[in-house]
Amino acid sequence: MLEIEIDGKPVQAPDGSTVMDAATLAGVYIPHFCYHKKLSIAASCRMCLVQVEKAPKPLPACATPVTNGMKVWTHSEAAVKAQKGVMEFLLINHPLDCPVCDQGGECQLQDLAVGYGGIHSRYQEEKRVWVNKNYGPLISSDASRCINCTRCARFTAEIGGMMELGQAFRGDHAEIMSFAGRAIDSELSGNIIDLCPVGALTSKPFRFSARSWELSRRRSVSPHDSLGANLIVQTKHDVVKRVLPFNNDRLNECWLTDKDRFSYEALTSEQRLTQPMAREEGEWRPVSWQIALDFITCALGAAARDRGGETIGALASPHATVEELHLLQKLMRGLGSENVDFRLRQHDFRGDAVRAGAPWLGMNVVDIHDLDGLLVIGSFLRKDAPLLAQKVRHSALRHGLQVCAVGPNGEDWLMPIAARALVAPADMVATLAAVAVALAEETGKPVTSALAERLPAVISAEARAIALSLTGEKTAVWLGNLAVQHPRAAELHLWAQEIARLAGAALGFVGEAANSTGGYLASATPGANGLDARAMIESPRRVYLLWGAEPDLDFADGAAAMAAFGGAQLVVAASAFDSPALREVADVLLPIAPFTETSGTFVNCIGDAQSFSAVTPPLGETRPGWKVLRVLGNLLDLTGFNQNDSEAVRNEALSGDFRTRLDNAIGDVPAAQIPETLAQPQAGRLQRVADVPIHFADPLVRRAPSLQKTADAALPTARMAAATLAALGVKAGDTVRVTGSGAVELPVVADEGVAPGCVRIAAAHASTVALGPMHGELSVERI
Amino acid sequence: MSAHALILAGLDGDRTWRLQDYVARGGYEALRRVIAEKTPPEAVIAELKNSGLRGRGGAGFPTGLKWSFMPRAFPGDKYLVCNSDEGEPGTFKDRDILRYNPHAVIEGMILGAWAMGCTRGYNYIHGEIFEVYQRFEEALAEARAAGLLGQNILGSDFSFELFAHHGYGAYVCGEETALLESLEGKKGQPRFKPPFPAAYGLYGKPTTINNTETFASAPFILRLGGQAFLELGKPNNGGSKIFSVSGHVSRPGNYELRLGTPFAELLEMAGGVRAGRKLKAVIPGGSSSPVLPADLIMDCTLDFDAISKAGSMLGSGAVIVMDETTCMVNALERLSYFYHEESCGQCTPCREGTGWLYRVVHRIEHGLGQPGDLDLLRSVAGNISGRTVCALGDAAAGPVQSFIKHFGDEFAYHIEHKKCLVSPMVQEAGRQIHVSRPC
Repeated sequence: MLEIEIDGKPVQAPDGSTVMDAATLAGVYIPHFCYHKKLSIAASCRMCLVQVEKAPKPLPACATPVTNGMKVWTHSEAAVKAQKGVMEFLLINHPLDCPVCDQGGECQLQDLAVGYGGIHSRYQEEKRVWVNKNYGPLISSDASRCINCTRCARFTAEIGGMMELGQAFRGDHAEIMSFAGRAIDSELSGNIIDLCPVGALTSKPFRFSARSWELSRRRSVSPHDSLGANLIVQTKHDVVKRVLPFNNDRLNECWLTDKDRFSYEALTSEQRLTQPMAREEGEWRPVSWQIALDFITCALGAAARDRGGETIGALASPHATVEELHLLQKLMRGLGSENVDFRLRQHDFRGDAVRAGAPWLGMNVVDIHDLDGLLVIGSFLRKDAPLLAQKVRHSALRHGLQVCAVGPNGEDWLMPIAARALVAPADMVATLAAVAVALAEETGKPVTSALAERLPAVISAEARAIALSLTGEKTAVWLGNLAVQHPRAAELHLWAQEIARLAGAALGFVGEAANSTGGYLASATPGANGLDARAMIESPRRVYLLWGAEPDLDFADGAAAMAAFGGAQLVVAASAFDSPALREVADVLLPIAPFTETSGTFVNCIGDAQSFSAVTPPLGETRPGWKVLRVLGNLLDLTGFNQNDSEAVRNEALSGDFRTRLDNAIGDVPAAQIPETLAQPQAGRLQRVADVPIHFADPLVRRAPSLQKTADAALPTARMAAATLAALGVKAGDTVRVTGSGAVELPVVADEGVAPGCVRIAAAHASTVALGPMHGELSVERI
Repeated sequence: MSAHALILAGLDGDRTWRLQDYVARGGYEALRRVIAEKTPPEAVIAELKNSGLRGRGGAGFPTGLKWSFMPRAFPGDKYLVCNSDEGEPGTFKDRDILRYNPHAVIEGMILGAWAMGCTRGYNYIHGEIFEVYQRFEEALAEARAAGLLGQNILGSDFSFELFAHHGYGAYVCGEETALLESLEGKKGQPRFKPPFPAAYGLYGKPTTINNTETFASAPFILRLGGQAFLELGKPNNGGSKIFSVSGHVSRPGNYELRLGTPFAELLEMAGGVRAGRKLKAVIPGGSSSPVLPADLIMDCTLDFDAISKAGSMLGSGAVIVMDETTCMVNALERLSYFYHEESCGQCTPCREGTGWLYRVVHRIEHGLGQPGDLDLLRSVAGNISGRTVCALGDAAAGPVQSFIKHFGDEFAYHIEHKKCLVSPMVQEAGRQIHVSRPC
């Protein structure tokens, strides 16, 4: 610790801190623009100049290291003179168009100009003007307001991973721009809006819709990916106008993904379901809640009584709250059915019988910083969990974390990858086994005897390289969404566990959705003799309860799901949105509240139960889902549905120390019989690699118009490696007919990030639903 | 060019730059001796310290001391960089050293590498002198072929690779950390210091950066001894120095003189003020050093301490001579334009301030000056000076401050009368005087 004095106050600062750090510790505010705690130090705005004893010149607080006995004055005459001088320079070319600027009221330049700016400008010449840029559908540019702090450029390079913005030219011609007129495509791009201390970068969807002082601020939790980023939701007249990050150093720090930030636009979508609807003689009619619930009560009661509870199946979205999932499973069990599941895109449920607890990341997000090695199995990490990927990237770039990957996808994660085994889905289990063998050789520990019979004969160079990078002190093995959705997910889990054991690594699951861990804790999984999500589709039920999920887009096999629901006697769908697919298969539609209109809880990938309250009243006749379920329980005369508030439901669902129920261990799973066809693919038949694109992943984001205009919401294509294309005799730009359980036509894109013999076609999009399952074989032919 | 020339001694234009000529002048003797005798690095640095050699790039930092800053026990690569990015108005000495005596620089760098344990070196050459860059590449090829560079130099176990790199003409890349950024392939913008290059330099490794002339002086110091070099000049200002004389003299060009020589002597060597006119002002050390009026500079000797005492800097030794036909407002406008154009745009005071200074001087020059403009200039220059990441801010503010200090009446006249104190006819007559080409 170093002893220094700031403005006469003694301060203790850790070794290596800067004057800015020490001032922050002491609660002294030093004006600044370019400095940001999460970015590299530029020391270029010079606003933080302070007076330091014995220094002949004022020094920038952000870049000046603290030395023992240093005396600093942040508001002395000399310091303020320097700060005012800088402020004058910043303002001479700034347009001072605050009345028409979206940043007005929350602008660092405006705020500091009050304290440090002059009343009149001494600058009389013409101001510099820059042409505004087009950065895409999310970020609006007013270039002339830029003060060249370069926070945005540093963010894209250091956090986003790709330098999408830079400072071109020099002197007072220096100008922030993207490369040759490109949009900013990063999935984290919205953060530069927060970072921009002036109105040069503002939110396009939010533009001109409210002033910051008109907005109420409410805390909430992101309902999208498994991280559960903390949000500030801002509303005006009970309408959500904007979403900002709430700083949480355990999770999202001060960042948000674009999905977290801009999906609020869907809350006011015209597709919102605002009234219960029922189909009467083929016609959809709005009905009252009373009638809808009475009807459902009768139908469910009769089905359970007459045909047995097992004829009813409940399928819930993993984006549903803990409270909803808990009451839903309770309702089903009350009706005598164990058929409840939320893992809609999962295919292999063999692990359920031998699973020790609820899957989770197996570590804290902050611990990624200290990892030496990380193996990511079957994950589209950058798009599936952008903020986790950001932490991994930071660690890989700054702290030498060795990142390895196994899977059929090799898209650019914008971070150094130490080793990657780009293998077809069918070869993933064998590849993991090879890594285990290589690791056993490396560490001198034997492979578990139970697995000894299944060891591969040949160990690839990639497997050895992966094993080598897992020999560090702190390591982790993560299973991504593709691994969880894989037809042999349980075996992948088993081998990942073995690799983690040999490496002494933490084993974890990235998690697909906001409540992928919470769903397990809420027991929204089938009990003994219950049917899992796949089984409920493969052996159709007479009655389905569909909770927050879209039948065509949220299932492992949308086509099969549509068929199963279509053939059912009764489908009750609770949803925040209306959709043609729902209207096709459902009989009753119940409008339930999205995350901003209900209280609830998500348990994220690190096992944090994050509760939130409603930030606006429900739209129209919409009701919070947990209340709907509670009323249904009461109407069905089931016990245990008398909770007064969602907190009571949560306390019931997450009773005791629920964290002890987090456990990634798995018992033995026998090897699956691999069909000969997979080992020897027929000509023209390729294995499907299905990603769930970031902006198609859940009902909310699908309806966010601005996000749907981004590059991440591009229409699905058939992506194949050049060798695969050559074997098929097609080339990039061709259109091919792809046939699974049905046929679709897709444009071809050459992509070396797809394993040979595979075709990558996105799921969760209407244009690819007909293909059927997310895994397995497809035939591809040129048209 | 001078009786006391070391670097420029025995040169004959384009005919004597090759290795054999340099060897004939005693070149590589110092290196051969150091390698044969395995002179300890500490001894080499001690010799440098004895010599009183001060950096020739402008700041005048003692070279021996700088070399001693390099961490001895650092594991891994250490770098040596020669700063030949000579881009300031008035400077043209490094160009001639590289053109006519490139091996002196190469030998100096090898000696530096020996003394500091560097494994790789780069010579960053200004982008606008491409033929000089090509010449240096040829000299490097000669040195490599002769076993003076590369692996196992002169059969010893000492290895040093040296490469030439040419910039693209940005003035700011002459700032040592901007130069390193540019050398790494990034945009040439200065880094904040500390850390200094000796701790965190090229690619984050310990790096020493010296000026071309500094390196070119090293072989002579190690051949003739530090004491001999020191005695050439005066205490704390050892050796001889090349002065690039430009402007209103009869024979502009590079002149190598003992440090401490009276300015009058240099002026005389350069043929005196052209056409017998009266000396008005001199910028003694490149355009960023404060201007000195005739009476002050005529009393000066040319060394770091004397010029500093007079209120300016010896800088790079680029002497810009202005005679009585010069309008000082016009001269300052040209200089301010240069700094406005060459500011890298990184930090606020320089980015915004240099343009502001230029615009105000421009409006004074063009008869649009307003009362209070001189105070404004002083204030703006004061707000730039000492507040920037690198010295370019000070360099831009210095001329403005010194021009107003010494020639304030001329600026005031301009503002009040919307015209020059020096009549346009006199200025025009000044432009008609032709001088011989620089030699």
